[in-house]
Amino acid sequence: MGKYLLRRILQMIPVVLGTTLLVYALVFALPGDPVKAMFGDKPVNEAVAAQIRAEYNLDKPFFIQYLLFLKNALSLNFGQTFSGQPVIEEIGRAFPVTIRLALMAFVFEALFGVVFGVISGLKKGKWYDSVILIVSLLLISVPTFVTGFVGQYVFGVKLRWLPVTAGSNPGFFELLMPAMVLGSVSMAYIIRLARSEVSSNVALDYVRTARAKGMSNTSVTFRHILRNSMIPVVTYLGQDLGALMGGAMITEQIFNIHGIGYLTYQSILKGEANMVVSIVTLLTLVFVICNLLVDMLYAALDPRIRYA
Amino acid sequence: MKKKAIALTAIACSLGMMLSGCGGSGDSSSSNASSSIITAYNSEPQNALIPGDTNETGGGRVGQMLFSNLVSFNAKGDAEMEVAESITPNDDASQYTVKIKDGWKFTDGTPVTAESFTKAWSYVSNAKNAQKCSSFFSMIKGYDELQDADNLKGDEQLSGLTVKDDKTFTVDLNTPDSVFPIKAGYLAFAPLPESFYKDPKAFGEKPVGNGMYKLDKWDHNSQIALVKNDDYKGVQQVKNDGVTFKIYTSVDSAFADVQSGNLDVMDTVPASATKTFEKDDSIESYNKAGSVIQTFTIPAELDHWKTNTEEGQLRRQALSMAIDRQSIVDKVLNGVGTVATDFSSPVVPGYSKDLDHSDNLQYNPDKAKELWKKANAISSYDGNLTFSFNADGSAQPVYEAIVNSVNNVLGSEGLKATTNPMPTLQEFRNAISDRQMTGAFRTGWQPDYPSIENYLYQLYDSAAADGKGSNDGDYKNADVDKLFTEAMACTNSDEQIKLYQDAEVILLQQLPAIPLYYSNADGVAAKGVQGFAMDWQNQPIYNEITKS
Amino acid sequence: MSAVDKLKPVETLPGQERYVAPLEETPLRDIDTLDDSSPATSMWADAWRTLRKNPLFIISGILIIFIVFVALFPSVFTKENPNYCTLERSLEGSMPGHPFGFNMQGCDVYARVIYGTRTSISVGILTTIIVVAIGALVGAIAGFFGGWVDAVLSRIVDIFMAIPMLLGAIVVLQMFRSTGSIWKVVLVLALFGWVSVARIARGAVLSSKNLEFNTASTALGSTPMRNLFRHIIPNSLAPIIVIATTSLGSYIVSEATLSFLGIGLPTTTVSWGGDISSAQTILRTDPMVLFYPSAALAITVLAFIMLGDAVKDALDPKSRTA
Repeated sequence: MGKYLLRRILQMIPVVLGTTLLVYALVFALPGDPVKAMFGDKPVNEAVAAQIRAEYNLDKPFFIQYLLFLKNALSLNFGQTFSGQPVIEEIGRAFPVTIRLALMAFVFEALFGVVFGVISGLKKGKWYDSVILIVSLLLISVPTFVTGFVGQYVFGVKLRWLPVTAGSNPGFFELLMPAMVLGSVSMAYIIRLARSEVSSNVALDYVRTARAKGMSNTSVTFRHILRNSMIPVVTYLGQDLGALMGGAMITEQIFNIHGIGYLTYQSILKGEANMVVSIVTLLTLVFVICNLLVDMLYAALDPRIRYA
Repeated sequence: MKKKAIALTAIACSLGMMLSGCGGSGDSSSSNASSSIITAYNSEPQNALIPGDTNETGGGRVGQMLFSNLVSFNAKGDAEMEVAESITPNDDASQYTVKIKDGWKFTDGTPVTAESFTKAWSYVSNAKNAQKCSSFFSMIKGYDELQDADNLKGDEQLSGLTVKDDKTFTVDLNTPDSVFPIKAGYLAFAPLPESFYKDPKAFGEKPVGNGMYKLDKWDHNSQIALVKNDDYKGVQQVKNDGVTFKIYTSVDSAFADVQSGNLDVMDTVPASATKTFEKDDSIESYNKAGSVIQTFTIPAELDHWKTNTEEGQLRRQALSMAIDRQSIVDKVLNGVGTVATDFSSPVVPGYSKDLDHSDNLQYNPDKAKELWKKANAISSYDGNLTFSFNADGSAQPVYEAIVNSVNNVLGSEGLKATTNPMPTLQEFRNAISDRQMTGAFRTGWQPDYPSIENYLYQLYDSAAADGKGSNDGDYKNADVDKLFTEAMACTNSDEQIKLYQDAEVILLQQLPAIPLYYSNADGVAAKGVQGFAMDWQNQPIYNEITKS
Repeated sequence: MSAVDKLKPVETLPGQERYVAPLEETPLRDIDTLDDSSPATSMWADAWRTLRKNPLFIISGILIIFIVFVALFPSVFTKENPNYCTLERSLEGSMPGHPFGFNMQGCDVYARVIYGTRTSISVGILTTIIVVAIGALVGAIAGFFGGWVDAVLSRIVDIFMAIPMLLGAIVVLQMFRSTGSIWKVVLVLALFGWVSVARIARGAVLSSKNLEFNTASTALGSTPMRNLFRHIIPNSLAPIIVIATTSLGSYIVSEATLSFLGIGLPTTTVSWGGDISSAQTILRTDPMVLFYPSAALAITVLAFIMLGDAVKDALDPKSRTA
């Protein structure tokens, strides 16, 4: 096991290198010149533009730019944004908020997704199975911008149950509605996955055996059915945590959360290679670690899975 | 010179901040009884808060509250002497003598002198210092010598600026420019204290100015807190203790905060609320014709659309008449715009509703078809026309409506119009500045200073074409140039306006750009906010707002 | 008992019933030969037999056939031109001939829902097929072979997951700026969608490759590849089908997001997603404009989810033991 872990950790190096190179290339390939865009609709003063390009290494060929970025990154200098802010500071401001939001959304979707999915799977065909199906259908068919917008207006502006926007340094209460909106689509997926797995495991031999042994319904459900149904659910949840961090662009905009998703969006639009690459590198680490945890969980959930 | 993009935003596209060019101009004030701190909507400034490097509204609106220029503008856009005692032109407006008032101080206690201005202007002009507003100073003598960045140290001065004494300096211009005193009200012309030159970067984080307010705290991506500057000596009234700008990710979220009383003032209305905000009794609303003109441009040399040919003019006129502007303003913008009748805007002197040929801007489907047929008789044309715009603003619905309107009228004559959204403003502006546009593209203009000159010379003079200015369609017309030159040298304002209007008549006939509508000055304030009004820049007059 | 009666035993002792098995009439040789006249009871045939009897399958099948019919022959359902829009009719309510009223641009909402079916269904189905094909294959290979194969494939998946879709989409779509075809949208959605299926497939394969039947099959001399395709993939299909049918709807919605950002389909291509996103700004005042395309999308998703459930029940050997 220890050897396996070590190997997985070593694998992060090529992954991070690959991601940074790919993302740097993508930002480089973005149409348009970011420096010209800084002048807005005004005429571009070429002498000034040249100064700015030199400052951000934008006058150098692609590979040199990338290597310079890597070299600086090794000494933990991730460069500056076009507005003169150190990239690391901007990320440092945005990341804690995003972690809070993503974790809350994660807990929300995991908890309700699994509970509703299991109920649905155990009672397949019953009326609440249908109700849960309809609700998850709605969540899938209605885009986040609609759920967010409606939630904000109804619960925030009209009923005043929850804060309308999060603002800077938001707490649990401020992030509650954004987290639910953010987690709602994934929750629908988890409901479907859990339902499907539970319903096919309910009838398996070992469940029958367990019941025949006189085991109580609850412990059959928890010890046998649930445990054997969780692999796809855990897989989905594992990859979703990273997605929740990077993909909260729309939710963050609706609820005025200055997080990673919004920062990424803005940086892509402005062509800020340093910022985009730094964020993506961070997200890659999140994905790699989450996936590693998921793989560890596989072994815990299913003793037959072994890593050498 | 800032052409402002359509500034509203939809949920997925709150890049409102990059949309405009250089922000507004300096204001000033005196102190008065005040009540409290006002909170106001803003986006995160895109640059450090250095006046000469600030060219978008997020930083611009903060900058103009921190700095006072030679002149300031009242709500209507009339220039008033602020730091300047007098600005006196010579006979042909090619040299100005500036005297400044006594007693002005920066918030660090140092006095505002003639050098505070000349050194600041030279600094911005000097290419070595990479200030984005440097081209504003190109009319001053010596500017061209400061553009070879590799051979400059950054402290070279403009040769056209001469300090006579502590309170007096002269400005020599390359060509006559009768609106120079108004230009000097633009934020980039702000004075800077000596401390700036020691560490411009640190200054940009905590600027020291001479304006109505001083910076208390700037928490990036969160808020910018300004407090009243008690040493302010200008003509503006400051009625509150301070203004705290809250940084928002989208206008929709700010609007929801105004509705629920968490934010006092915002100067845009999100598209989702334009239909209801004036009827909403949980907020105060403001909606009046504003200074931003929205147009689209077709390159002057595009085949079949050439402005100097009869065919091109016929097609441009036909296209313009095929657009039902009133319906677009009513149904798509829900009344937060005003149909365009000229090339300026209703808030500047010289605006007119009935210039000759202004009927070219009126919806007239029959005439449009007739003119199009005439053009086809001159030369046949396959009739595909794309309308490009940046999709990260909120131009999409407007351009869909334009394209539908054009197709409904001229489709039967063989014209096929389509929209061509571009994902980012960056890509869109690059395609324009690299002259890759092969059809119509969105243009618009938010004035930098309240003068009709700013709407016309910058956009349609041949000196501003070919990338040297904002004449993005490369329109060149000798008659128009001549009228502009005469107007620039004319110091009588009535005659000056007449000359500009004569030029507009030619523009209305040749339509290098096709005016659509003027964006209204629209905004909302929370209940209990008093004195909420907007100025010539479509921005709230922050200093006059109070809260009970 | 009745079977016993029919046998009419040759001799019966008084007070005693005796049963004697009838003579086996089939010669041993025939038992050993395979009967190839009747179709083999393959997994697929079994599945089909189960499916035919499942009401879920019948309902969803009818719905999907209907939706596909609408997609193929929209003009049967409306005579209106979905691209004829005039602001005179902006946001007018329903009226004879225009049951769903008009959107902000004054286009007939009903006609747009009908004509949008083709684009939206094509984007949804094509993306799902590509995503499942690539994702399941990569995931299955990674999970089945393990070792360095798994390491390489899984780390590629990690990289793809971290790249912001917006960034990739802008770059990829601008290469195909000139084409208005839906393939560019499908390509982008598939490019960023397959990884999630790959992870799920890998997990499922990992858990089913150690099951008894696999060991048994190997013992009987089956090759690993044959095992993978005949046993492991069928046994791992359930979660893949669930994710695929559920994602179908979200691909249709994603197309909207891309259009919204100006990198999707041209506005002349009518699609549910495009209409949903452009109705967003008038949600508060005119929610019905958003309701109709969303409802069409919801019904489609429902049909595919039901179909997925039915197919999964039929294919999944675990479910069939019930």
